[in-house]
Amino acid sequence: MKHKLATAYLILVFIILYAPIIFLIAYSFSQGETMTNYHGFTWRHYQTLFSDARMLAIVANTLLIALLSSLIATLIGTLGALSITRTTKRVTRESLLTLNNVLMVSPDVIIGASFLIFFTMLKIPLGFGTVLMSHIAFEIPIVVLMVLPRLREMSRSLLDAAQDLGATTRQLLTQVIIPFISPGIFAGFFMALTYSLDDFAVTFFVTGNGFSTLSVEIYSRARQGINLEINALSGVMFLFSLLLVAGYYWIQQASQKRRHRKREVAS
Amino acid sequence: MTKRRTWVYFIPYGLWLALFVIAPVALIIYQSFFDLGQHFTLTNYNTYFRSATYLKMTLNSVWYAFLITLFTGLISYPTAYFIHQLKHRQFWLLLVILPTWINILLKAYAFIGIFSQAGLANQFLTFIGIGPQQILFTNASFIFVATYIQIPFMILPIYNALDDLNPAFVNASKDLGASTWQTFRHVIFPLTLPGVKAGVQAVFIPSLSLFMLTRLIGGNKVITLGTAIEEHFLTTMNWGMGSTIGVVLIVAMIVVMLLTGDQKTKGGTPR
Repeated sequence: MKHKLATAYLILVFIILYAPIIFLIAYSFSQGETMTNYHGFTWRHYQTLFSDARMLAIVANTLLIALLSSLIATLIGTLGALSITRTTKRVTRESLLTLNNVLMVSPDVIIGASFLIFFTMLKIPLGFGTVLMSHIAFEIPIVVLMVLPRLREMSRSLLDAAQDLGATTRQLLTQVIIPFISPGIFAGFFMALTYSLDDFAVTFFVTGNGFSTLSVEIYSRARQGINLEINALSGVMFLFSLLLVAGYYWIQQASQKRRHRKREVAS
Repeated sequence: MTKRRTWVYFIPYGLWLALFVIAPVALIIYQSFFDLGQHFTLTNYNTYFRSATYLKMTLNSVWYAFLITLFTGLISYPTAYFIHQLKHRQFWLLLVILPTWINILLKAYAFIGIFSQAGLANQFLTFIGIGPQQILFTNASFIFVATYIQIPFMILPIYNALDDLNPAFVNASKDLGASTWQTFRHVIFPLTLPGVKAGVQAVFIPSLSLFMLTRLIGGNKVITLGTAIEEHFLTTMNWGMGSTIGVVLIVAMIVVMLLTGDQKTKGGTPR
């Protein structure tokens, strides 16, 4: 009895979680113009989407920003994580970690507004550059948080052994440390990618007039009302996020398996 | 590792800390002391604390964030608890995470369709005999959609806390004759409280600063701190006042963090 109630509750929660998403995608195939009555199957909205040059340019912009910012953020974040683990004083490390987490806990609006003041004071024109910089900025802390645990797992003796065998600092970094922490780096990269694709508020503040990303575009179109082209877009984006999730979990799984295997070899 | 030259690797990260963490926070505080004519003044704070509108807006925003957090918690705790008892829990947890990978704007947009005059929600209300209601652009719809968006962020930390809970405590409690409810009330819930606190942190602060939902779903009836900041910065261009509200939001954030921060020294031991 109790078990059944629990199952019913879970089913209800999952229905609520997924109903809007399914609803959204289902109507992308509807022949009507609104999200009210289903009017039969059509690919028309997808055709409109793929022939909408403005929308395609914005998709390209969004992907470019996401990939570029994640790459740079992963690089800087990994170096940051390396520096944090190398600090010897506990106080320094704690304060670095606190500073690192400031952007993780700050509300988007604060990040957006403060970056807007920052760019304006430096007289940097708003557009691609400012959006890219902002995305890099708010992605760095998550990369650091993803890489740090792997660095902590790395045993001191591994580094000592490499050094005893005559590895230079560079060799130590590229041939011992980086390969060991690569699952963390990949996880950080994927998280950064999703943060970038998901962001609306920060971009909205620093985007200026000429440049737009998907979130900002969806916002301005949604304010004008229902347009099934957005539904088609969400269908495409849902597929894309499924691929990203699959990629992320594949990497996680692969690294876990590898760790497992290593442990078996060790024991 | 030799000490020499490795500090070079710190430069980009250090620059980021200085330029994008410390400088912006300092700038928003600095800006809050300037009025529209760029004079250094305390007017903004004066206006804020003396104006009934601003104080009412702040209280309203806190109240709505509280409601959203409360509903999210009430829905998420049992969900996390039941998922934790399932066989393929990792899979179900993945299904909880998946919606968070979908752009928040798209989820809001879906609700515009669902809650519209002839939308799914009204069709359902008509079907059960209540008849169509104005759902979109009400406070209730704002709370509903915000709760919907925040649920996964509350489930995850609670689930992790349940996962960290040593089952021996539960077994001991049952062996000593506690009923299921007593075990939950005195053992499981207190021990998973850190997860609830982490969830509150993850939900309450963003709820204070939501601004697109108030526009798209709330129809501008609910003004949150986030909406006010956005309006001051991008519509009325009164950055000083916007920054002042920003500082209030930062203070609110710090208060929430202190209230929900982990107090390992105090309540960490099981009773």
